[in-house]
Amino acid sequence: MTTGRRSLAISRALLWPALIVAILLTQIPLVATLFYSFQEWNLLRPGQRGFVGFDNYAKVLSDGSFLSSLGNTVLVTGSAVVGATVLGLLFALLLDRKFLGQSVARTLMITPFLVMPAAAALIWKWSILDFTYGMANWGLSLVGLPPVAWNTEMPAATVIMVLIWQFTPFAMLILLAGLQSQPREVLEAAGVDGAGPFRTFTWITLPHLRQYVEITVLLATILLLQVFDPVAIMTKGTGGSKTLSYLLYERAFIGLEVGEAAAYGVMTVIVTIAVAMVALRTLFKVFSEEGLMNR
Amino acid sequence: MTLTTRMRRATVPAVLAAGALVLAGCSGAGGGGGSGDGGDGPVELTLATVNNPQMKDMEELKGEFEESHPDITVNFVQMEENDLRDAVTKDIATGGGQYDIVTIGSYEVPIWAENEWLADLTEPLSSDAEYDVDDLFAPVKDVVSVDDSLYAVPFYGESSMLMYNKEILDEAGITMSENPTWDEVAEAAREVNSDDVTGICLRGKPGWGELFAPLTTVVQTFGGTWFDEDWNAHVNDPEFTEAVQFYVDLVEDAGPADPVSTGFTECLNTMTQGKAAMWVDATVAAGMLEDPEASEVAGKMGYAHAPVKETEESGWLWSWNLAVPETTQNQDEAIEFIKWATSKEYHQLVGEELGWTRVPPGARQSTYEIPEYVEAAESFAPITQDIMLAVNPTQPGLYEQSWTGVQYVTIPEFQDLGNQVSQDLSDVFSGRSELGPVLDRGQELAQEAGDAQ
Repeated sequence: MTTGRRSLAISRALLWPALIVAILLTQIPLVATLFYSFQEWNLLRPGQRGFVGFDNYAKVLSDGSFLSSLGNTVLVTGSAVVGATVLGLLFALLLDRKFLGQSVARTLMITPFLVMPAAAALIWKWSILDFTYGMANWGLSLVGLPPVAWNTEMPAATVIMVLIWQFTPFAMLILLAGLQSQPREVLEAAGVDGAGPFRTFTWITLPHLRQYVEITVLLATILLLQVFDPVAIMTKGTGGSKTLSYLLYERAFIGLEVGEAAAYGVMTVIVTIAVAMVALRTLFKVFSEEGLMNR
Repeated sequence: MTLTTRMRRATVPAVLAAGALVLAGCSGAGGGGGSGDGGDGPVELTLATVNNPQMKDMEELKGEFEESHPDITVNFVQMEENDLRDAVTKDIATGGGQYDIVTIGSYEVPIWAENEWLADLTEPLSSDAEYDVDDLFAPVKDVVSVDDSLYAVPFYGESSMLMYNKEILDEAGITMSENPTWDEVAEAAREVNSDDVTGICLRGKPGWGELFAPLTTVVQTFGGTWFDEDWNAHVNDPEFTEAVQFYVDLVEDAGPADPVSTGFTECLNTMTQGKAAMWVDATVAAGMLEDPEASEVAGKMGYAHAPVKETEESGWLWSWNLAVPETTQNQDEAIEFIKWATSKEYHQLVGEELGWTRVPPGARQSTYEIPEYVEAAESFAPITQDIMLAVNPTQPGLYEQSWTGVQYVTIPEFQDLGNQVSQDLSDVFSGRSELGPVLDRGQELAQEAGDAQ
């Protein structure tokens, strides 16, 4: 007993250095950000650096850009997640069936998610949405519609389009896994009991998919909250497309305001956690109230 | 990129992280910026630069310098304009000392010089008669000097001008004068604008440099300004408003159809494909329009001074310069290299080795006297030289300025200010907002920046 306890103590002691390093490495950036958020520091004015208390936070809250960016983030992320999940489910249902060339189709469907975000934004900007040479306007002209100046007329929508395009395969992959894990006998039993495809889908498949949908929404939301590339490349934050991460980038690298940017960063972390929690709770509630799943 | 640079790039964050763990405030940890330790041994210089063609040429030719200076090697780190600005600003502001030579724009030079971040180059350059400091373009020299001291040397410089497709204008029976007014240009643009041809390509892409480089020159020639001599903001003044309204209207009537995604590159594309009749932009563009391999309009172009309203000239002035940060430990060697890269010999070398149209423009007057250069660039070189010598960086508009510079205000807050106002203007281009409230907000932001001076 005593030898066992002693060896356990030694093992624990041996773990400490690694643990300390891990704690320092993960927490130092956060502590540094907190520290900087109480400083007045414009990189180009090295002489005027100093402690300013909560001034930066006051600036963040009194300036309208934080709230409007927050709204934009919710709009962009929300629409992209919903769009990608719905389309992903649709494609997953199609790909769940056996047909000739199924694996080729699956690989092709996944491709958008594998394209680098910056490359995807460039493809959309130049090949698809360009006013003169873009495929979107060419498509419109085929059905006799006038061309659209996408980035001028609807910047936020263009960003959402790119994101849906990129994240539909992501949602599709997870939901497809969910569909394929359905027990076949249950589906067969439903058929024997006389349920049509629609009833089988709403009463058996959807409840089964619930946790897959949840994980899709959760992961896609986390990934999309940090969206930056399409905003920077296509819209430069105009017309409702300025998300929190782009605002943060602007404060830090265009404004060169280290302190203000740090305060924005801290606020963003707080708000992101809060929003994510509220969103998830609501989602769970909707699902259980609809009676789609009894937990 | 060389192996050593890559290694150093990887080492610096690691060293900094380790340093932070051991004790805070050990900021010199990653310093050094080369293997020169103050001894007499070989010195390795690191040069941070923008990835423009002229800089790539410099990297290609650096072997010549290293041959004549066997103790010095120069490593190039090339980045895109914005990345360069971020990387170099951070390095110098935090005393990192990663770079021995930096490429900086004319906007930054005075600000950085005032922060005492840059080595004073006046003495080392003027003491060398062969280098001939007086040969540098006077207006460019002005923008990189503070109180008569030179803090950077222009590597190449540019102004802006009107470039037009002679075929399209001829067809419409329009002759463009050498010194057109904005009213003339706008009228011509509206006349030739059609479904196939854009009347005039003007940038509308948000960003302080992207949109306000051309737009501020319009504001200045309309008699407006960002600030007066005492740092009072004048953004919602009638002159400023009139200029912006004129620009927005012209874009709507005869400009690019998707202005918010149109910047320099997009206009260059439209122009080279013969889909736009006119374009007001950087003089450097001429070299690309005249390149028969990349442009369908080579030889069909005409050039004129930037259009004016109330002033004599309205071209801008920009230069990419080489400077030596105070943080370097190899100042003498760095200055040696800068002298070589901006010398008359270097211009000869580029011409002979790489072709005469590739000589860095707008830096030295003597370049415009080299017979081979004059011949190779005859359609645009003389007018570029004229414009560059005609612009007045100390007072480009009607207002007296307390800063030197044409399409920007040399205060740290300007890139932020210009960026925010340019974003709001995109809503005006699309008709989502009115100009009045946008400029009122711009006025508030500008006054805040003015108060900080």
